[in-house]
Amino acid sequence: MDRKTPLYDVHVAEGGKIVPFAGWLLPVQYPTGIIAEHEAVRTAVGMFDVSHMGEFLFTGPTALDSLNHIITNDYSAMPAGKVRYGVLCTEDGGCIDDLIVYKFADDKWFVVVNASNRIKDFAHMSENVLAGTHIEDISDTLAEIALQGPRAKDVLAKLCDADQLPAKYYTCVRHVIVAGIDCLVSQTGYTGEFGYELYCTADKGPELWWALREAGREFGLIPCGLGARDTLRLEASMPLYGHEMDETVSPLETGLDFGVRLDKDEFIGRDALIAAGEPKRCRVGLEVTGRGILREHQDVYRNGELIGHTTSGTFAPHLKKAIAMALVGVENAAVGTEVEVDVRGRRIPAVVVPMPFYKHA
Amino acid sequence: MPNIPENLRYAASHEWVSEEDGIYTIGITDFAQDSLGDLVFINLPQVGDDVEAGEAFCDVESVKAVSDVFSPVTGTVVEVNEELIDAPELVNEDPYGAWFIRVGDVTETEELLDAAAYAEVCENEE
Repeated sequence: MDRKTPLYDVHVAEGGKIVPFAGWLLPVQYPTGIIAEHEAVRTAVGMFDVSHMGEFLFTGPTALDSLNHIITNDYSAMPAGKVRYGVLCTEDGGCIDDLIVYKFADDKWFVVVNASNRIKDFAHMSENVLAGTHIEDISDTLAEIALQGPRAKDVLAKLCDADQLPAKYYTCVRHVIVAGIDCLVSQTGYTGEFGYELYCTADKGPELWWALREAGREFGLIPCGLGARDTLRLEASMPLYGHEMDETVSPLETGLDFGVRLDKDEFIGRDALIAAGEPKRCRVGLEVTGRGILREHQDVYRNGELIGHTTSGTFAPHLKKAIAMALVGVENAAVGTEVEVDVRGRRIPAVVVPMPFYKHA
Repeated sequence: MPNIPENLRYAASHEWVSEEDGIYTIGITDFAQDSLGDLVFINLPQVGDDVEAGEAFCDVESVKAVSDVFSPVTGTVVEVNEELIDAPELVNEDPYGAWFIRVGDVTETEELLDAAAYAEVCENEE
């Protein structure tokens, strides 16, 4: 049975086209359509219900050690108010999930995981945290709204004291009062654009939505669905669990080296990652040079030889190009490498291009 | 409610057909374009290709997904709407103006629906 987020009635009122996603009923788009929603985020501002995400609280004297034990990144030298990406690995070095970690205090941390992996992640973490760490799944108590785009700050400035907003990328501020509602605000997102993510108690979600919606009207704010969320993250080359990574792919293969600190003393999966050595395949960006659209799970050929497969693909609305990400052998990863992708029996020419496909100014 | 003009005939797979002097013009309906969302690519057949009633003759890609378009008639393509190659969004803007293909030498047509019967099909799918 698919569940409703605290904002479900809002989506219906907004005319959202509701679909099941990761066990949740969410809008894939609103009447404006994916292209307009995508462009709103690139050129003005858009807002998304991301309340389906999983949120865990880590507390206790060993919370930091637990995080450093189960996540690939290093959370040691991190001030309160900082946010940091990481990966949960299996002992074999595959990806269980990717996540972001907020530091509230030395003994209090907030962890945000993918909705589709929430149950699995919590079980894995519960099994592996150290004595002296308490973890709690607080997902159902929270609503989360992503406000993304160059005008995002203008919208929030109308509803709160703008000086309180997190000033740097990947930082957060707790207890910002937005339209009278107590929010955790972070400068984070999954669109490749400047923006914020706001968390409040579930019951306040709809009130926060409508306050943002009203304040954003003069800046061109529109609600955006899962469709635009996917095209935006793909255009920004951001990996998605279940596409660019899963338990059969290592974080190093999919290019997440920046979030994997092999120089840490230990973490789950470290030994396997070191033993595997330099990755033999890697994630590349492809741009179609022929005619057609690439999607996930399509075979990639070079000179007639199979070299890998696509992991995500779409028409990129802002770049107005067909793009994809693919996992290929490292010898085929050089920018400019010409390949062909099998699209339902047709071979579509494409070329390896640098990532990200899109980077905001 | 989707727009369903009275003067056209419809396939249950959401194509529309109009016939004049034995030439059948085929496109996709307002309901179809709305379900697909913003179209970004249309893989059209060529003049001279044979199409078969009930078989796919073309695929359309929206931002999110690819879908087949089925021919309601058996015959030979005599004209293709080349405009759609560079401007697939015309189908979203004007689904009954942005025709896909014209078919001649028609030997068979699927059982086609009138506007009222097609409206029922749409209602049942909503």
